[in-house]
Amino acid sequence: MRTLIFRTIAPYLSALMVLYSIFVLLRGHNEPGGGFIGGLIAASALAIFGIACGVAAVRRALKVHPMSLAGFGLFIGTLAGVYSLFTKQPFMTSQWWPVTIFDVEIKLSTPLIFDIGVYFVVVGAIASIALALEERESD
Amino acid sequence: MAGPISSAKVDYSAAMNLAPVAAGDWLVVAPVLISLVGGAVCLMTRKNTQAQPKLAMIFLALLVAANLGLLVRVLDKGVITMVMGGWLPPFGIAFTADALGATLSLVASIVAFCAGLYGAVTVDGTGRRYGYYPFLVLLMAGVCGAFLTGDIFNLYVWFEVLLIASFGLIILGNDRPQLDGAVKYGVLNLIGTNLFLIGTGMIYGVFGTLNMADIAAKISELDNAASGTLLTIGVLYFLAFAMKAAAFPVNFWLPASYHTPNIVVSAVFAGLLTKVGVYALIRIFVLIMPESRDYMADLIAVVAIATMITGVLGALAQTEVRRVFGYLVIAGIGSMLAGLAVGSNLAISGAIFYAVHSILVMTALYMAAGVMHRMGGSYDMRELGGLYGANPAFAGVFLILAFAVSGLPPFSGFWPKVMLVDAAMSDGRGWLAFAILLSGFLTTLAVGRVWIYAFWRGGPEGTPDGTAVAASGGTISIGSSALWLPIGILTAMIVYFGLQPEVMFDLSARGALGVIEPLGYVRSVFGDAP
Repeated sequence: MRTLIFRTIAPYLSALMVLYSIFVLLRGHNEPGGGFIGGLIAASALAIFGIACGVAAVRRALKVHPMSLAGFGLFIGTLAGVYSLFTKQPFMTSQWWPVTIFDVEIKLSTPLIFDIGVYFVVVGAIASIALALEERESD
Repeated sequence: MAGPISSAKVDYSAAMNLAPVAAGDWLVVAPVLISLVGGAVCLMTRKNTQAQPKLAMIFLALLVAANLGLLVRVLDKGVITMVMGGWLPPFGIAFTADALGATLSLVASIVAFCAGLYGAVTVDGTGRRYGYYPFLVLLMAGVCGAFLTGDIFNLYVWFEVLLIASFGLIILGNDRPQLDGAVKYGVLNLIGTNLFLIGTGMIYGVFGTLNMADIAAKISELDNAASGTLLTIGVLYFLAFAMKAAAFPVNFWLPASYHTPNIVVSAVFAGLLTKVGVYALIRIFVLIMPESRDYMADLIAVVAIATMITGVLGALAQTEVRRVFGYLVIAGIGSMLAGLAVGSNLAISGAIFYAVHSILVMTALYMAAGVMHRMGGSYDMRELGGLYGANPAFAGVFLILAFAVSGLPPFSGFWPKVMLVDAAMSDGRGWLAFAILLSGFLTTLAVGRVWIYAFWRGGPEGTPDGTAVAASGGTISIGSSALWLPIGILTAMIVYFGLQPEVMFDLSARGALGVIEPLGYVRSVFGDAP
């Protein structure tokens, strides 16, 4: 799979896919999308980069082990639900902080944080499986 | 700014609980939260094999504290419910802690704490990098979640969580017998989980709700036309949880897999996993579907007798210590099922007490097996010997555990057996009582064999008669003094519950009453007028 064309295009393709995955993650609250599908798109971006340029390059680019990303996602996903402890509401009651930037109302909220947690769990888990499988193939 | 969006001008009071929640009620979700956060932190520090055990131990200690606080609060205030997200039940997912769930959750977390201590010695760097601690802590999320949830589909989810964590634990060393054991364990458990899911789908079809309290309240209003469907659901659930609990004849996965992983993993599995299945049986059949239980009582009794007798005969036939203990786990499950078969207040109390006893003693026995392996270099009785001479103190601890698992006084196994036999006799099930006593007697023989071969005789097979002390002579340490602490905690609890059974009598009686008379449970979820 390491053709010149693929190797040249893969970094740009991966970058685009990661960007798109963040777009899908953020639009997910009211429209199709969300943390899970966004995470899958980002994980496939990493997988494509791995196929083209080798797993070592992906691991270098990621800086941390994908499994740690999954742990981080689980961590903030759980903490997103804990915030309602301080408002005397049950676990996982959603909290909203609407802010207006350039006349656009953006609703920041704990569900968004939870979704970002899901995103990281999916990226981390799927990427570590994908990278492990690709590693086995290359040697 | 916090709270539901104010600009929408919607009246949320019909769908949401807007009353403030006392911080103490958060204890219901605290065990799961602590385990999830702890698992996440351990996962992030996976490569740091030095710091990770300490972090995990902090979270496991917090977990014990949270469960203790929860139990105290439940005993003080009655059943506590928290519905996730503030939605009103049955639409929100409810966590409902009653005496039964809180007690088992506490005992389970103590066992996990001991396993964390034990694992610090027996799980090497490779095992830690493969995730012993993250999996152990996440396993506890599944176990505590299963004990505390009040929603039947959520129960399924926690079963999945603990199953996935247990898959990770069972293949920790990645060698061939482990993978072999894991495949048998995995396939059987996945089939069981599927049956559970099918039954849950049917429950939703019949009742339109998955909240346990809601089902318990609605089931008595159901007309007779649905009784056939209910019975089908009952049988499906029974088969599913019998697989999880390792009841005869769907228990062959247990002896095939429990001797393969790292010994501390076996200890956790033997202590916790099958008991979650028993808990689910009690929760479903006593709280939610008492009529199905009445109808199936004879079947459950037959399964209980078969489980006890085949389990203990299996134990007698083995020479591998871990396999002996694996079969003893099964025999214990039979005793708990006997309680479920009788179904009276005393019988369910006995089953709950027995579950607590079994969690403690089976974990301790597997941990002791690990120590025997460290001292004698083998798990096979034929190759062990002279351990009494090598370390009399450890031999004494093993003797306590052996007495406890056989149900001999004055240890924790005695009282639940008395309760179960008493309950079975007063229900007119003489055969069931006889089977409980017989399995206790045969268990004595099975662990007596381990005692005689591994401890009492002078040395391994071939040592001349009359040798009192192993050839090396003198006291051999049990490998690492850090191993004394987890075994010591568990043994101390076993002795304490044997000498002071009132604590457990009270807890298990309240637990049993809570599931037999579901009014308190239902009211906790729906308020005074459901």
